[in-house]
Amino acid sequence: MTQTQKILAARAGKKDVHAGELIMADVDLVLGNDITAPVAIGEFAKFGRGEVFDRGKIALVPDHFTPNKDVKAAEQCACMRNFAEAQNIGNYFEVGHDCGIEHALLPEKGLVTAGDLVIGADSHTCTYGALGAFSTGIGSTDMACAMATGKIWLRVPEAIKVELTGSFNPHVGGKDLILHLIGMIGVDGARYQSLEFTGPGISALTMDDRFTVANMAIEAGAKNGIFPVDETCLAYLRGHGAKSPVAHEADENAEYVRTIGIDLSELKPTVAFPHLPENTREIDSVGDIKIDQVVIGSCTNGRLGDLKAAAEILAGRTVAKNVRCIVIPATQRIWIEALERGYLRTFAEAGCVVSTPTCGPCLGGHMGILARGERAVTTTNRNFVGRMGHVESEIYLASPAVAAASAVLGKIASPDALTR
Amino acid sequence: MKIRGSVHRFADNVDTDVIIPARHLNTSDPKELAAHCMEDIDAEFSAKVRSGDIIVAGKNFGCGSSREHAPIAIKGSGVSCVIATTFARIFYRNALNIGLPILECAEAAEKIASGDTVSVDLAAGTIRNETTGDVFQAEAFPPFMRELIEAGGLAAYMTRHQPSK
Repeated sequence: MTQTQKILAARAGKKDVHAGELIMADVDLVLGNDITAPVAIGEFAKFGRGEVFDRGKIALVPDHFTPNKDVKAAEQCACMRNFAEAQNIGNYFEVGHDCGIEHALLPEKGLVTAGDLVIGADSHTCTYGALGAFSTGIGSTDMACAMATGKIWLRVPEAIKVELTGSFNPHVGGKDLILHLIGMIGVDGARYQSLEFTGPGISALTMDDRFTVANMAIEAGAKNGIFPVDETCLAYLRGHGAKSPVAHEADENAEYVRTIGIDLSELKPTVAFPHLPENTREIDSVGDIKIDQVVIGSCTNGRLGDLKAAAEILAGRTVAKNVRCIVIPATQRIWIEALERGYLRTFAEAGCVVSTPTCGPCLGGHMGILARGERAVTTTNRNFVGRMGHVESEIYLASPAVAAASAVLGKIASPDALTR
Repeated sequence: MKIRGSVHRFADNVDTDVIIPARHLNTSDPKELAAHCMEDIDAEFSAKVRSGDIIVAGKNFGCGSSREHAPIAIKGSGVSCVIATTFARIFYRNALNIGLPILECAEAAEKIASGDTVSVDLAAGTIRNETTGDVFQAEAFPPFMRELIEAGGLAAYMTRHQPSK
């Protein structure tokens, strides 16, 4: 069995499972946000159970349209807040107090550990594969059903093995790796399948790199992306007070539909052009593309390592005159740590605006909407038509380092293009 | 259940952001969502779609976000069925869970044209193009899934079939 299949077998109480098999599995955590949870709460009532199956295994995170962008968004947050209170759900994370973007927040709070089965009514729930958990996005009705029963039916996926060797060159990281992979296999290249990352190159990836890579597994259509549970992972889990990990390893004779080898030392900064994450180009062949906005943040790239990479480039430099650069630390804790390390001052002095944690502009919600014809370089995860604003705006996906360098030069640029 | 209507065709990789843009996700009301369904790739869609109409598309339909608002918007528009070469997995679950029938059929997705009148038999899995006379075979829906769709989705189906606590 693959690493994913082993977790699914364990959570379904079975000795083994095979690809294509339908299983009923126990969930360790059910997640919802201010867009998806209100729909799930409405459906939950229809199931006729008064209480959720386990109030300690549900997490509700207001992050998409928060701080509330309008009256309707405020009503959706109120719906979730009231439900959390009525059900006595402790893992509700209020704006300002303990807030953050769900997929950065849950690992930080130690709510996910290796071997867990996590489902979330948000497609980027696959992020927790970085911790050796099986995690996948589902819809609101599935969330409601899991809140009522603690169970979910799943089809056991086939897997693609991604074998990493070598290590990154300067200014290359997790975002470039996952964009490169999506460029190779396409936005449906791993549809219904697991992406299992292995190989000696894994040790070169920081936890922040791994979160970024697992986060965008969905952009290749994957059901989940997953990493081995190594010392880097275990240290992270210990450091964040997570439950005892259960490390599952793929069998030596595990079956994969294909194996893809990637030498990290051959990767270059990579940019995904409009309007699909698969439209990737290496930075050298981007051409001269002027930009209007830069966004550094999101569940993909709003962690401390991402802000560090951007701050190192922006220190002592200024954002180009016609560019708006918006920096969004992903959680309150990251925001405070970025403050203490001086990154926020660096950003502000360079001419960036620093926001409270929110998904905001990533999905065209608020805090940085694009006008007709405008172009943005962003560290987010999707560049679909109209995703960040006007239907005739354009989104270019890139790493924090490329985004910061682009902000300085006013066009899509490599950090190597900067001169002192 | 009878599915019959006029076809609206779309290309590959129709994502959830164009099915229902996030700027409209401050509501989950099917009628409000339907008013903006597909507006970023076909501004006229909500005005021209009629009850019973069928969407036909290419591969990876519904890729992107997990928003259940996407199939809710399509169903709220009166669309009776979506036929595509393939579907993204979260959309696939969500559509069935809210009682919107969807069928994977590469041949039908390739050959059916916009404006054709198509009828679908979910029990047999047949897709009939009444305009051209072509008949295509998709996987038939098992009885429980047909009942789930007729009930209007998973929640309604579960309450019929599971005693509550």
